[in-house]
Amino acid sequence: MIVEIGHFALVLAFALSLVLSIVPIVGARIGDQRLMAVAEPASFAILGLIALSFAALTVAYVQSDFSVANVWENSHSLKPMLYKITGVWGNHEGSMLLWILILAAFGGLVALFGSNLPATLRANVLAVQGMIAAAFLLFVLASSNPFARISPPPIEGRDLNPILQDIGLAIHPPLLYLGYVGFSICFSFAVAALIEGRIDAAWARWVRPWTLAAWAALTGGIAMGSYWAYYELGWGGWWFWDPVENASFLPWLSGTALLHSAIVMEKRSALKIWTVLLAILTFSLSLLGTFLVRSGVLTSVHAFATDPTRGVFILMILIVFIGGSLALFAFRASTLTSGGLFQPISREGGLVLNNLFLTTAAATVLIGTLWPLLVEAVTGEKVSVGAPFFNMTFGPLIVPLLLAVPFGPLLAWKRGDLYAASQRLFVAFALALLIGLVTLFMIDRISVVAAFGVAVAFWLVFGALTDLALKAGIGKASPSVMFRRFVGLPRSVFGTALAHAGLGLTTLGIVAVSTLEVERIAVMQPGDTLDVAGYELRFDGLVPFDGPNFTEEQGRFTYSDRSGRERGEVVSSKRFYPARQMPTTEAGITSHGFSQLYVALGDRAPDGGIVVRAWWKPQVLFIWIGCIFMMVGGGVSLLDRRLRVGAPAAKRSKPARAVEVAT
Amino acid sequence: MAMTRKKKRLAVIGGAFAFLTLATTLTLFALGQKASYFYTPADISEKGVAPGERIRLGGLVATGSIARAGGTDVSFAVTDRIETVTVSYSGILPDLFREEQGVITEGAFDASGRFVADTVLARHDENYMPREVADSMKARGIWQEED
Repeated sequence: MIVEIGHFALVLAFALSLVLSIVPIVGARIGDQRLMAVAEPASFAILGLIALSFAALTVAYVQSDFSVANVWENSHSLKPMLYKITGVWGNHEGSMLLWILILAAFGGLVALFGSNLPATLRANVLAVQGMIAAAFLLFVLASSNPFARISPPPIEGRDLNPILQDIGLAIHPPLLYLGYVGFSICFSFAVAALIEGRIDAAWARWVRPWTLAAWAALTGGIAMGSYWAYYELGWGGWWFWDPVENASFLPWLSGTALLHSAIVMEKRSALKIWTVLLAILTFSLSLLGTFLVRSGVLTSVHAFATDPTRGVFILMILIVFIGGSLALFAFRASTLTSGGLFQPISREGGLVLNNLFLTTAAATVLIGTLWPLLVEAVTGEKVSVGAPFFNMTFGPLIVPLLLAVPFGPLLAWKRGDLYAASQRLFVAFALALLIGLVTLFMIDRISVVAAFGVAVAFWLVFGALTDLALKAGIGKASPSVMFRRFVGLPRSVFGTALAHAGLGLTTLGIVAVSTLEVERIAVMQPGDTLDVAGYELRFDGLVPFDGPNFTEEQGRFTYSDRSGRERGEVVSSKRFYPARQMPTTEAGITSHGFSQLYVALGDRAPDGGIVVRAWWKPQVLFIWIGCIFMMVGGGVSLLDRRLRVGAPAAKRSKPARAVEVAT
Repeated sequence: MAMTRKKKRLAVIGGAFAFLTLATTLTLFALGQKASYFYTPADISEKGVAPGERIRLGGLVATGSIARAGGTDVSFAVTDRIETVTVSYSGILPDLFREEQGVITEGAFDASGRFVADTVLARHDENYMPREVADSMKARGIWQEED
């Protein structure tokens, strides 16, 4: 019964989203207040219905109701409760439902906080959200119904793919979807602006917090996915340039560009048309990502069981929304007037440079990702584009951007002074160079590339610190004045510095682990030892262990440092999940500072030994710590919106304040 | 100083254009160099592959062909039921690497005609058949979808 209620709620939500896609737009067109007023209650009702539907599916999972096909295919009565709940979105149907739930939640937030938006803009934005919801609800109902029953109901479920039975599933997809779907708000605002043919700085003030929130969530989602793959797959890699990883990286790149161009639009009323185009492109790339992941057209570790009809359906959604919005853009973009002029060397100029590099890098990744599809369509030959391509193209394109980042915040609006900025950055430059040289000469056998990469990483970190120090008035004021000025700096200045420093830390981790990593592989018998970058790893033997829904053989290792002192134990295991007849590798990982010792078990060798693969991963944790910095930077910048715009303290809606100041 | 606004604008546009040209050239060059083509064993015997050319070789792991030499070296045969190619690999095989399962290996033939793989992919799903493998085996009428 609960399941049927969930299904029914989904159908109702679809019907309502059709109403939402049409009525408010008509109202905005003919200026009818009552028609426009449909938008808010409809948005809330859709959110409520989809939440109800999602809750119904969750109940089916928690109760292990195997008469629901989706639960039977992806759950097991012995599965721990956490994985019963996360299993709701650990499959195609459920993950699409989560996607729509988040979409509806964003629509609800706009309806809730949008009371100070111009009425027609609000109606149009919510209507566009309604169109996206209608398309995806139809998709779920027609081709991916999570509520389908089977009769007679099986006694036991087929269990969730063991790879997904991990805490990562609780965090990675929801965060990633918050990012993906969050960009739908930017898209809806862009389309609404095009429909109205009017756009101003208030529009940018509205769009920026949503972009920031979506971007921060996407950053976290990608980082979490990367760390999850790193520890779960047992290959020791943190990024594979897999098509699905690229699919999440593309909206991140263009979302980062959007974040920066929206600043120009908000502060200087320039780059209007470009910002609108970026907002459309960013969500289009999110949709493309959804298509690539869900259709299985590209070979990837992420694709769930594939079904051609689904691929065609999402492709049609893709064509309608991307094609439609770009056509609207082509017709209406000329009505958007361009704003303030600026010199090439200026804050605006720097941000344009940022956009040029980010979009070009995104285009390269997009071409590499879609190239196999294109070649197969044209010549019928099958080709794969892997890490070597992306390393060769993305690397050279992104390095100049990293070098330029510290200059940006130091340039003035309209007309900047590159020479003065260089002088101010001299200390940061000298320190980064020093660290690079120290790395080159002090660490054994290191390459010039590694030293250069480390120097670039520190250049970014010191550049961010320089910006903070200068804005606090270093050298011009007494320490107490400096401290007060520092504390009083706008939150967005802190946000920028945190995000740029985080970029440096991530770069540091990537450079260190790519150039200094040590990998050892050996067949080991109990008692054997293996030297990994100065640590001695001793294999103590295999111990059987029974988990709730799996059995495993735990390889136990003790490791000691150069002086022979024992430092601890590492347990790395081979698991077997009987429900799916599927083995998995559970890597053993221990952290030392920001570096990690990573041990994975392979197959049994004929002589009774076991293949052991061990890595020393220097400074690897900085990859994800840097991402956390970027996320926090995004969050801190969001706080700034409330304070800087300075609306009455009683009101809690931050975007509303943005509009008050604008008017 | 002497630059007019028009000239400045031209310089900026020229710079951006030069950058985009550079990026396009780099991308096309990298696609030519780094994209690896997919072959089945039958394709290889038909078309031939030069030693050292990086390719993806896909098919099924032939029954009884997995042989472990000392240490971490392993060799196995990849077959499409028409032709068979023996693959040498050193490292840990994926968890779902089994006989009669779809597999994709990436590497190159050495001078002696041995295929040396540096990557072996078998996906983390028990029903998985790599799409390239499934398509080419379907095209040759060897493999039908079981459902």
